Amino acid sequence: MSDALTKFIFGRLTLDAIPYHEPILVATFAAVALGGIALVGAISYFKLWGYLWREWFTTVDHKRIGIMYMVLGIVMLLRGFSDAVMMRIQQSIAFNGSEGYLPAEHYDQIFTAHGVIMIFFVAMPLVTGLMNYIMPLQIGARDVSFPFLNNFSFWMTAAGAMLVMASLFVGEFARTGWLAMAPLSGLDFSPDVGVDYYIWSLQIAGVGTTLSAINLITTIVKLRAPGMTMMKMPIFCWATLVTNVLIVAAFPVLTAVLALLGLDRYLDTHFFTNTFGGNPMMYVNLIWIWGHPEVYILVMPAFGVYSEVVSTFSGKRLFGYTSMVYALIVICILSYLVWLHHFFTMGSGATVNSFFGITTMIISIPTGAKIFNWLFTMYRGRIRYELPMMWAVAFMLTFVIGGMTGVMLAIPPADFVLHNSLFLVAHFHNVIIGGVVFGMFAGINYWWPKAFGFKLDRKWGLVSFWSWVIGFWVAFAPIYVVGLMGITRRLRTFDDPSLQIWFVIAGIGAAIIAVGILAFLIQIVVSIKNREALKDVTGDPWNGRTLEWSTSSPPPDYNFAFTPVIHDLDAWADMKKRGCEVPAAGWIDIHMPRNTAAGIILAGLSAVAGFGLIWHIWWMVAGGMLGVIGTAIFHSFNYNRDYNIPAAEVAATETARLDALAARA
Amino acid sequence: MAHSNLTAADAAPVFWETEPHHHAEGSSTMLGFWLYLMSDCLIFGILFASWGVYGRNFAGGPTSHELFDLKLVAVNTALLLLSSITYGFAMIAVHAHRKAAALRWLVVTLLFGLGFLGIELFEFHHLIHEGAGPGRSAFLSSFFTLVGTHGLHVTFGSIWLVVLMVQVSAKGLIPANVRRLECLSLFWHFLDVVWIGVFTFVYLLGSMA
Repeated sequence: MSDALTKFIFGRLTLDAIPYHEPILVATFAAVALGGIALVGAISYFKLWGYLWREWFTTVDHKRIGIMYMVLGIVMLLRGFSDAVMMRIQQSIAFNGSEGYLPAEHYDQIFTAHGVIMIFFVAMPLVTGLMNYIMPLQIGARDVSFPFLNNFSFWMTAAGAMLVMASLFVGEFARTGWLAMAPLSGLDFSPDVGVDYYIWSLQIAGVGTTLSAINLITTIVKLRAPGMTMMKMPIFCWATLVTNVLIVAAFPVLTAVLALLGLDRYLDTHFFTNTFGGNPMMYVNLIWIWGHPEVYILVMPAFGVYSEVVSTFSGKRLFGYTSMVYALIVICILSYLVWLHHFFTMGSGATVNSFFGITTMIISIPTGAKIFNWLFTMYRGRIRYELPMMWAVAFMLTFVIGGMTGVMLAIPPADFVLHNSLFLVAHFHNVIIGGVVFGMFAGINYWWPKAFGFKLDRKWGLVSFWSWVIGFWVAFAPIYVVGLMGITRRLRTFDDPSLQIWFVIAGIGAAIIAVGILAFLIQIVVSIKNREALKDVTGDPWNGRTLEWSTSSPPPDYNFAFTPVIHDLDAWADMKKRGCEVPAAGWIDIHMPRNTAAGIILAGLSAVAGFGLIWHIWWMVAGGMLGVIGTAIFHSFNYNRDYNIPAAEVAATETARLDALAARA
Repeated sequence: MAHSNLTAADAAPVFWETEPHHHAEGSSTMLGFWLYLMSDCLIFGILFASWGVYGRNFAGGPTSHELFDLKLVAVNTALLLLSSITYGFAMIAVHAHRKAAALRWLVVTLLFGLGFLGIELFEFHHLIHEGAGPGRSAFLSSFFTLVGTHGLHVTFGSIWLVVLMVQVSAKGLIPANVRRLECLSLFWHFLDVVWIGVFTFVYLLGSMA
């Protein structure tokens, strides 16, 4: 084949892009390939493809989409955590002239991939999954406003994750750190495909995130059950609303700044270059205008989870509901006024730095108010230390420390010392693990029985809990210490042998966390095995307070046979208190959206176009994009998107549930 | 609705609606589309901010004063503003259930849109031909990106317009189609508003630089 033809067909993709000379990657690939073949084989053997396609991949049911988000997040957690372990091992052995076991270009990819994956493909899918599953149930809705869009959003997120995973075995990932700061991420310093993988995986996933946020906001505004005014809405729904407003207001900024970086790389423009009038600091500003709200996007749904959990397991109404709502809104607004604290060292002067230092410190006020409200909710409550409650208490203890180190970093003079140090790394792991990750575990343990009809195993849950909490502190307390000593982040080797002990301790901490993750997976397997013993037929295993507990577990496709009417905050607690009977007859037809394959096809074509863009395979780009447009147009000709669940079918489902309840009583 | 008569203290509280609970089909669409437009507006906001930062970074190359042909841009602006008016006429016809008139106005709108795109492409081609392409300076990078992003939106709007004309021809002015026409109407007017910003901040102020 002529060179021109090869270049046309493969762009800059050559056999050298396959990292067969890197034993670690070859072994990983072998493991992933074997695992993948085993999975595909098992699905084929049990003839599950049709079931998966019809019931899951093409579903528009917010509950199933929520579960798919959670699965994606947990799978990607394993990848992101593997990266963390590799870094911890490297940093604990690279002393006394040792280079460790990771070559520099590989190590740099690992810390970049770790950050990108943990934020975009672990934390985001987990919070979006929870919001997707729980919020419509809490407001008494049958589905979200745009069910098809919901499916499409999920597959776009999954397509982005797939591109990141592809970079492991075809080419490389960015070596720039998780925000791909310019001009390092520009063509001059990163001519390879790594940054392009970064750009296109995040752009594709970002479409999904933005559309999902629009969808959830609209759902909350338009589809609340009758009687549910805004201030009678469960606090988790408020957290969802505020979070998604933040997403709609922040993610377009990410889209724009990555597009500009992409133009610099593809069309030789000069936004973030050092020459021809470009300005790299513009990139830093823009990426943090998205980046700071992003951390609140992650933590606010977790705040919502804690509020529900603390209130339920204290057997009390949430203390200071109104102030909780306002705290969320204030945090939402303030999160836009602090971005510059990420680069006090830019040199913008004392006045600017003071402004952003003060706004940053002010955020601790509404956050502190939330902590006090949770404590007051517990005060004189009948506290039950079920697993979700344990996670919530561990969060409060851990997060407060992380918040305080955050206030330290908010002081500009202190930040000049701590900027880019491991102290910062310890701080944000403190708030993200202690806030978001603990929150997700609280949420998973709390709502698992709702989604599957049986509780999670307590013993393995405890192992997971203690390993995570202890492991977190063992892993990150030493990082705080060496950070205060002035060690900067992202180092591959160290000169001072006296530091080694701290990194060894941190490595041990990571190993304890690994036990926590393993115990979590075992917890799920054991619970599935013992599901008969752990079964809950009531639909309300925790004596819950909000509407999701009023329907069966798992809820039927249509969520509620009859639309609930709300009179009070904590609607289900109110119904139980006033002895409300769920109607047992008079079933009616229910109008529901129909499944569609358009979402997965559109996302798949987007991934194809993205892959073509990364490797400069222009025919693939054209094909993918035309495919996306064509499929979207084709889909728009489908006017028949709904169907009726006949009353008889509703009757069968509901009668079966009532019989099960009666049998129990 | 069932809950409206609950204020009477003696009434037993109603906790479940036993009649079918209907949300009018597509009742969420307009709010959802507005939210999308606001997210898009933020993208333009960033591009305008970039223009604010880069608009005078000529890097020794041609300046905006030398490059911009205000007469051409005036024609272009007129075409786009007229297309907004004709889209408005189309919507009046839609609400009067006059399908043929609506389609005629949509065709006129499309022609204005295509005319706008044609002039923009001519302008871009001319600039690149003169050596003032997007890679020449940060000023030109920012110019091509902001104006080009707007142009790309008009392109997609035009494709959407064609699809809708086919769908209206085939299915008539059914509620689903009216809803879609209303969304595109918002989109089209939004692009007009953005263009007024482009015309003012990029072309008028730029040509004074």
